[in-house]
Amino acid sequence: MTGTPEDRLPETATPRLPRGVRVRFDEARNTHMLLAPERAVRMDPIAAAILAETNGARTFGEIVDLLAAKYAAPRDQIAGDVRRLLVDLMDKRMLEVSP
Amino acid sequence: MNAPVVAEEVQKAARRVPPPMAMLAELTHRCPLKCPYCSNPLELVKRNEELSTEEWASVLKQAAAMGVLHVHFSGGEPAARRDLEELVSIAREAGLYTNLITSGVGLTEARVKDLSARGLDHVQLSLQGTDSEMADLIGGYRGGFEHKMKVAAWIKAEGLPLTVNAVMHRRNLHKTRETIALAVTLGARRIEIANTQIHGWAVKNRAALVPTRAMVDECTRVVMEERERLKGLLVIDYVPPDHHSIYPKACMGGWGRVGINIEPNGKVLPCHAAATIPHLTFETVRDKPLAWIWNESSSFNAYRGTDWMPEPCRSCERKEADFGGCRCQAMAYAGDASATDPMCHKSPFRETIRTLVEAESETGEIPGYEYRIM
Repeated sequence: MTGTPEDRLPETATPRLPRGVRVRFDEARNTHMLLAPERAVRMDPIAAAILAETNGARTFGEIVDLLAAKYAAPRDQIAGDVRRLLVDLMDKRMLEVSP
Repeated sequence: MNAPVVAEEVQKAARRVPPPMAMLAELTHRCPLKCPYCSNPLELVKRNEELSTEEWASVLKQAAAMGVLHVHFSGGEPAARRDLEELVSIAREAGLYTNLITSGVGLTEARVKDLSARGLDHVQLSLQGTDSEMADLIGGYRGGFEHKMKVAAWIKAEGLPLTVNAVMHRRNLHKTRETIALAVTLGARRIEIANTQIHGWAVKNRAALVPTRAMVDECTRVVMEERERLKGLLVIDYVPPDHHSIYPKACMGGWGRVGINIEPNGKVLPCHAAATIPHLTFETVRDKPLAWIWNESSSFNAYRGTDWMPEPCRSCERKEADFGGCRCQAMAYAGDASATDPMCHKSPFRETIRTLVEAESETGEIPGYEYRIM
């Protein structure tokens, strides 16, 4: 699968965690974990905040708007962070995107 | 007079190890297949010794409370247990991520639907070959391949994520590309191209299983190519065979570090082959709490960390990367479970084993299998 990150995850696309991929708070390790087939990935607070807004209803653009407002940060910077995380998860088949 | 008690508590806390991430729950050793590389121990647990539903329920809840995240229901064939569905429900309620490792035999469309409705998170379906002739020859079960294809379709219809677990060896390694293509056709998100480990029953069939060096090199090349081509569509995990590598595998991610295995009778092992190390005593969940076994038992502490290591592991810069490799393989080939893994280039046994195994793999004909018949 090729294309720039912007092509693969445009502003209007809707990302979602597919079945078999979920985030849960892990009390034993006091952190959010992303659980997927044969994988458990420790989420830093930023990643956890991004995935908390990734609910399968919001578009990429809406997620970025929400986070930019919430953290009072420049939109471009937030968009870059969110896209980096989500495209990486797409490569790992842990995230699906509807156009 | 509190000091000694406090000291003991401090000592205990210092000894406390991070909790396991994953638990392999071997529900039963019963299995309809007869694979020549069966990874279960030579001595199988009988049906009347298996843990009951209530005992498994307790194990699952203890595991979740300790910090286990994934539970892998395995066997034998876990579908041979009629309470598989109930155990999936219990595990989900406890917050565990549930994975079913199955040959597909014993699953029906109704059972797949029921498992899905109960919240099963993921299915790992084994694949012995890319067509019925080869797959059924290897699995020793006529009709197995055709049934697997149906099971894969039921899993897909439910939207359950699927991993194809392709066990590779001398007879099917040249079909790596076709195997990957089949996984895509079946709608898998992941495939494991897993070369057979030569443990347990597989030792009897070593000459029929270990591929030639040329086959392995070609397989590696195909995997790298397909991994790039299928990026975002299929994740390819690759387990190359030990016998041709320079460094050993980080077996189990380190002894007592990441994973915990429960045998069908409740015996708790750091890895599924650990019972081949004769001087270790393994506890069972029938006698001791799971957390105690993980934290305190002599078997789990025997090869935990790096303090137990003799040379050449002790001064090796890779000791935190591969943890000295596989203890069971060290036992099997070097006669000493604390020796460096004989597949490591630093092991004095490596050249002898490699010469032997390579000579076996270069013979023209693949010898007949000694099937595992139960």
